[in-house]
Amino acid sequence: MPAQAKKPKPAKLGPQPENPAQVIIDDAVAENVWRLLPQAEGDVEITGESLASGNVILPYKLWHNLRDELAERAHEIGVWLDSDESAELLGEDAKALPLIAVHFPAFADGRGFTTGRLLRERYGFDGELRAVGAFMRDQLTYLRRCGFNAFAYEGQQSLENLLESLHDFSDSYQAALDQPLPMFRRRAV
Amino acid sequence: MYRYDDRDHAIINDRVAQFRGQTERYLAGDLSEEQFLPLRLQNGLYIQRLAPMLRIAVPYGLLNSTQLRRLARISRDYDKGYAHFTTRQNLQFNWPQLDDVPDILAELAEVEMHSVQTSGNCIRNTTSDPYAGVARDEIADPRPYCELIRQWSTFHPEFAFLPRKFKIAVSGSEQDRAAIRVHDIGVQIVKRGGEIGFQVLVGGGQGRTPVIAEQIRDFLPEQDLLSYLEAIVRVYNQLGRRDNKYKARIKILVKALGAEEFGRRVEQEWEQIKDGADRLTPEALAWAKSFFTEPTYRAFDGAASDAALQAQAEGDKAFSRWLERNSFPHRVPGYRAIKLSTKPTGVPPGDVTDRQLEAIAELADEFSFGEARVTHDQNVVLADVQQDRLLELWQAARKHGFATPNIGTLTDMICCPGGDYCSLANAKSIPVAEAIQRKFDDLDYLYDLGDLNLNISGCMNACGHHHVGHIGILGVDKKGEEFYQIQLGGSSSENASLAKVLGPSFSRAEVPEVIGKILDIYVEQRQPEEPFIDTYNRIGLQPFKESVYARAS
Repeated sequence: MPAQAKKPKPAKLGPQPENPAQVIIDDAVAENVWRLLPQAEGDVEITGESLASGNVILPYKLWHNLRDELAERAHEIGVWLDSDESAELLGEDAKALPLIAVHFPAFADGRGFTTGRLLRERYGFDGELRAVGAFMRDQLTYLRRCGFNAFAYEGQQSLENLLESLHDFSDSYQAALDQPLPMFRRRAV
Repeated sequence: MYRYDDRDHAIINDRVAQFRGQTERYLAGDLSEEQFLPLRLQNGLYIQRLAPMLRIAVPYGLLNSTQLRRLARISRDYDKGYAHFTTRQNLQFNWPQLDDVPDILAELAEVEMHSVQTSGNCIRNTTSDPYAGVARDEIADPRPYCELIRQWSTFHPEFAFLPRKFKIAVSGSEQDRAAIRVHDIGVQIVKRGGEIGFQVLVGGGQGRTPVIAEQIRDFLPEQDLLSYLEAIVRVYNQLGRRDNKYKARIKILVKALGAEEFGRRVEQEWEQIKDGADRLTPEALAWAKSFFTEPTYRAFDGAASDAALQAQAEGDKAFSRWLERNSFPHRVPGYRAIKLSTKPTGVPPGDVTDRQLEAIAELADEFSFGEARVTHDQNVVLADVQQDRLLELWQAARKHGFATPNIGTLTDMICCPGGDYCSLANAKSIPVAEAIQRKFDDLDYLYDLGDLNLNISGCMNACGHHHVGHIGILGVDKKGEEFYQIQLGGSSSENASLAKVLGPSFSRAEVPEVIGKILDIYVEQRQPEEPFIDTYNRIGLQPFKESVYARAS
């Protein structure tokens, strides 16, 4: 029997991050000055030319395709990584970006914690590291410790309430972005 | 044992405050069921069939008498006056009220205890050998490493939302009494050229897809323990499957990549972090070890002490039986470790009353430097008992119902709470355990059978470790009815193996008789001094199968 050629299905998009009007940056509520472009379904054609000016966060693949075209606008072009896109994809390019957002499609998807940490620790990214997507208030301490300093929150809590949870713990056992020394190095001296 | 300082206290108190806030938000309707779920699970709180269940962490099984007394008080004040020792050396309360849980956690924090990460998709309590520090075959005491792992894994910011739960076990002896080969990571302490290091195994586990762990590192230097664990969990966090919870454990990833390729990725990651802050300093290692020093043993003439004990035993058959089954050699002359059995007939294995928890505390204070250890077979070890006081201890243990001389025998079963309590269970397990205990209550017969692990799980999640029982019993659901599958030949020792299914399952009433037929074949076929598992390995499944499924003629 001849093999039947299957028509390739367009990859189904998962949940896309929202882009709320207000965000938390460095322990304070702030206006969100960035636009965020979701991943495009199907054949939507976005070019460097058609992209309106101003701060914009592009999905990784689009950024990768347009980066040369957009070289002169680099200061206003951020990138967002989905949870299956690792820090390694950006690698040394991370350093030059003004903003990287990491998407949490579900709060239980913890890949972004590793992504954040690697961007900061391994690839030297020191711009705005923004958590976007379905993370929850009770993850803020962990996110902050993994290097996130900005949060585009989609849930029901007020951002003021959220600020309280950024510092649920006064100390920690591990080394992370907020504490260069694990506790064993601090006590056994 | 490890003692908290101000920093540990601060962290645990912060956690109690955090969970109090989360519980209030949940009860006020500000936190959805779905969002509260991982938060309560990471504090050991399940919503069970009849009530919430709260699982308390007992780091590598170690408890002091103050903690035991507090657990007794909590079981009385907030529960129904009993508690349950689990197969991962923890303790569970079966009937707490949800809104009491923050208060229970506050009470625990006062005695340096918590329920952090006893459930949920995070790194769980590290388990180890209940004879740590006293075993004769010990290469090095595993407890300092367990404590370092406990601290590293507690509120690890990167690894609180892993694809699935994650369990680490450490063995410091030649004989594996910590079942490291059925853990996500198994750490075996080894010594090479005078240097302490670790063999590292990954990808073991029970549950629906039981797998024996594979070695990815033959010798890891002592100072690299935490950075290496970090590399393993980081690779898993990035690559482990998240689309199907039944395929999300690290064992599935290791199988998919192959242990060699998985190990290569770990090494690659580790190369980048091994010289970082997680590298253990000599000071940190010395500090961790300083909590597990020798108690002040008295000096005994070993031979004289052994002879005196022998003489006592000869005069008293019951004492002699207990000594034979429930006591273990100690590396210090004149001492023994003893196991208190929580498994008299008719009591769910691992269950103890508030009064018994206090009795364990009293016995620990009186006989064993105030410490006790929970074992993965759900009993309790007093590790440092003078031989000349064993008779006295036995009498006291008997009074409290702990002296059933059945350790390591057929009736010393590992058994999950099963369908009586657990909402995941397909079938009840406790009544099966009891029926077996009742059928095989003849001590001479049990002793003649010798070392025999029978493990019962009420569902394929395998909390009762049926895959690694010499005889394993698994509760299954057949069109709404409870049936039991029998498996043979499992072991969680250094020669770990997974049990094989004997054949079609049985009704609950049939199980004791089927076990009887299996034992008959063993007795018939064994060679002198040959334990059950060795006979099984020699003759295989077939003779057992033929006998059990023989048609009545």
